Amino acid sequence: MEINARKERGVQIVSVKGRIDAITAPEFENNLSELISKGERTFLIDLSGLEYISSAGLRSILTTAKKLKEEKGELLFTGLQGPVEEVFKISGFHSIFRIFESEISALNSIGNA
Amino acid sequence: MPETISVSSQIKLPANIQNLQQFINFVSNNARQQGFDQKRIKEIELATEEAIANILNYAYRDTIGDIEITCKTEDNEKFIIEIVDSGIPFNPLSVDDPDIRADLSERKVGGLGVFLMRKLMDDVHYRRDENKNILTLIVLKMYTS
Repeated sequence: MEINARKERGVQIVSVKGRIDAITAPEFENNLSELISKGERTFLIDLSGLEYISSAGLRSILTTAKKLKEEKGELLFTGLQGPVEEVFKISGFHSIFRIFESEISALNSIGNA
Repeated sequence: MPETISVSSQIKLPANIQNLQQFINFVSNNARQQGFDQKRIKEIELATEEAIANILNYAYRDTIGDIEITCKTEDNEKFIIEIVDSGIPFNPLSVDDPDIRADLSERKVGGLGVFLMRKLMDDVHYRRDENKNILTLIVLKMYTS
């Protein structure tokens, strides 16, 4: 798993590549926790390079999203594809999270909110 | 006509998280040999991980032991993954489905593993036999995505 974070228009954009499984999920969650403790509140998670996610990864996402909600923050997603998109759909994540076609459309939507 | 069962291969390793990738690679390689496409292989990997995670978290919660995985085909129609542990009785199929329509505040963070396993596999069976938990994942070979 490889995580890259950068900030654009006030949004923390986090791209995750590779696999989020039972082994790597804690690292993913810790990365996001650190950013939250530094004061970041709006996250766009780019999953276009993610080839695999298991329930351990989904649990990390839910835990982080709940934490952010308490801080009036939000977790947004883009780049869903292949098995990752399927797992999101089956798990009902499409009804919990705002999911965008592209980074630009996400940033525009947040900017106009 | 009797059904033809061919044992392709078997792996047995101590049940710990460090061996997770080896278990997954073993199943994944077997699935690839059966000609499944990349998407189906990822789904098979996922179901395998969820099965193993449950064994580590429940069956071997207070003890240590091995996990043995056997991959075989039946009548060249089914790819069968049999996952065996010697932990305490734990039937993952007895776990309730999560409420996937709940909103974020109501949503529980757990319970998705077994749910995904059941949704992605064509069939899943559990039995307790000779002090072992035996979980069988079945994937139909005519599956097309």
